[in-house]
Amino acid sequence: MTLFTEFGRYLLMIKGMFSRPENHKMYWKELMHQCSEIGIGSLGIVVIISFFMGAVSALQTAYQLVSDLIPKSTIAQIVRDTVILEFAPTLVCIVLAGVVGSKIASELGNMRVSEQIDALEIMGINPKAYLILPKILASMITIPLLVVVSMGLGIWGGRLAVVLSNVMSNNEFDKGLLESFLGYNVFFALVKGYTFAFIISSIPAFYGYHVQGGALEIGRSSTKAVVVSCVAVLFADYVLAAVLLNK
Amino acid sequence: MIEVKNIKKGFNDKVVIDDVSAKLEAGKCNLIIGTSGSGKTVLMKCMVGLFEPDSGQVLYQGEDFTHMHRDAKKDIRKQIGMLFQGSALFDSKTVEQNVMFPLDMFTTSSYAEKLKRVNEVLDRVNLKDSNKKFPAELSGGMKKRVGIARAIVLNPKYLFCDEPNSGLDPLTSLVIDKLIKEITLEYNITTIVNTHDMNSVMEIGDHIIYMYKGLKEWEGSNKEIIFSKNEKLNEFIFASEFLKDAKDMRMLEQAGKIDNDRNMDELLK
Repeated sequence: MTLFTEFGRYLLMIKGMFSRPENHKMYWKELMHQCSEIGIGSLGIVVIISFFMGAVSALQTAYQLVSDLIPKSTIAQIVRDTVILEFAPTLVCIVLAGVVGSKIASELGNMRVSEQIDALEIMGINPKAYLILPKILASMITIPLLVVVSMGLGIWGGRLAVVLSNVMSNNEFDKGLLESFLGYNVFFALVKGYTFAFIISSIPAFYGYHVQGGALEIGRSSTKAVVVSCVAVLFADYVLAAVLLNK
Repeated sequence: MIEVKNIKKGFNDKVVIDDVSAKLEAGKCNLIIGTSGSGKTVLMKCMVGLFEPDSGQVLYQGEDFTHMHRDAKKDIRKQIGMLFQGSALFDSKTVEQNVMFPLDMFTTSSYAEKLKRVNEVLDRVNLKDSNKKFPAELSGGMKKRVGIARAIVLNPKYLFCDEPNSGLDPLTSLVIDKLIKEITLEYNITTIVNTHDMNSVMEIGDHIIYMYKGLKEWEGSNKEIIFSKNEKLNEFIFASEFLKDAKDMRMLEQAGKIDNDRNMDELLK
């Protein structure tokens, strides 16, 4: 299948998601269920990654900034900006592409192979609207929130690491955090969060929904979904940086 | 009544069903039989709209389902119940939630009313006390019965069963066949069953369509099938020596040459 055919089918799937819900209450219930699965379900890994990501970046920045001419508060500024601009949105979303993406692809793939999707269609339910849309919406609600949590935890992890290593004091770090702070960076990170949330939920949904075959194909589609999602996240990361950070 | 007119469907230049026309009688068990790969599942999927035919029409009460608008199709689909080959139960839901799902989606009844209806249909398929079990905890026969319960919970006009006996032992198959037959009569449903199980054919086949290499080869009832002169059909139904002997016995019985079980062995020697 050519890239264009696949992209066309992806667009058709997105278009097919929008139809009048058969029962609003059931769709709302499904959305809340997915928010819990995707948001709460990924919170643990996001907390761990963010904390260590911040801690390691703070210690490595301190290790590289050996000049007496550079104030130590610069370490806090660098940690803050790298965490907000890149680590929290991109790194966390790449990890989530694995966690959430493989879950979505394998869940839908299994439903396709075991005819559960056909069963929904026979009942007169739009399976794309009932199964895919709540997953994408839930991702777009919870993933930017996880990115915000990741920003806070990353910076806190960096602060704790440099203070425990006696590199600098709490006050010095806090002073650096507030210096030259740009609110736009947070906006940029959230734009990335929303974009990546759409990518890491819709691409696996596409691969899972269109699985043909059995268990082997479900595994293959799951792997392909994660790989394509990660590449798409990196590509989108570059495009967003080029467009939104171009002074 | 469902009518299929000149249905043709292929995949990647390979024609799977070719110019099939048939009338599926209301309130009866209509069986589509044939060997594996003969096109019966594709025909059934065209009828329920899971596959779009390359040409031809599927008419529900005279209305063209194939070219109908999506919203109108939804209305017809609400009148359809389907039992899938692998039961297609939702893994993450309990038996009760599976059967209640169509009610949740399409009715505004209270939970108590829905539960009452769920228990009614579960009782009808002889599955009491399994409400809280998950599909993974059920046997193949139980899954099929839950599938039937889910299919009939909204009182459908049409019941489609795709190989209801696949993977079941002969005794459980008989139970499922009996259940399908009883439900068809009790609810006055038009039932369409895809099968290659000859027991089902003889037990429940009011109207039978035999598919051979994508074509409709023969049509008749379970009373006519055994005496059919169609060679391809005979190859299919009398694939075993046992059934050939059974046919010979029926022929002799009809000709008045035997009148009881005692002299059958003698005559067959």
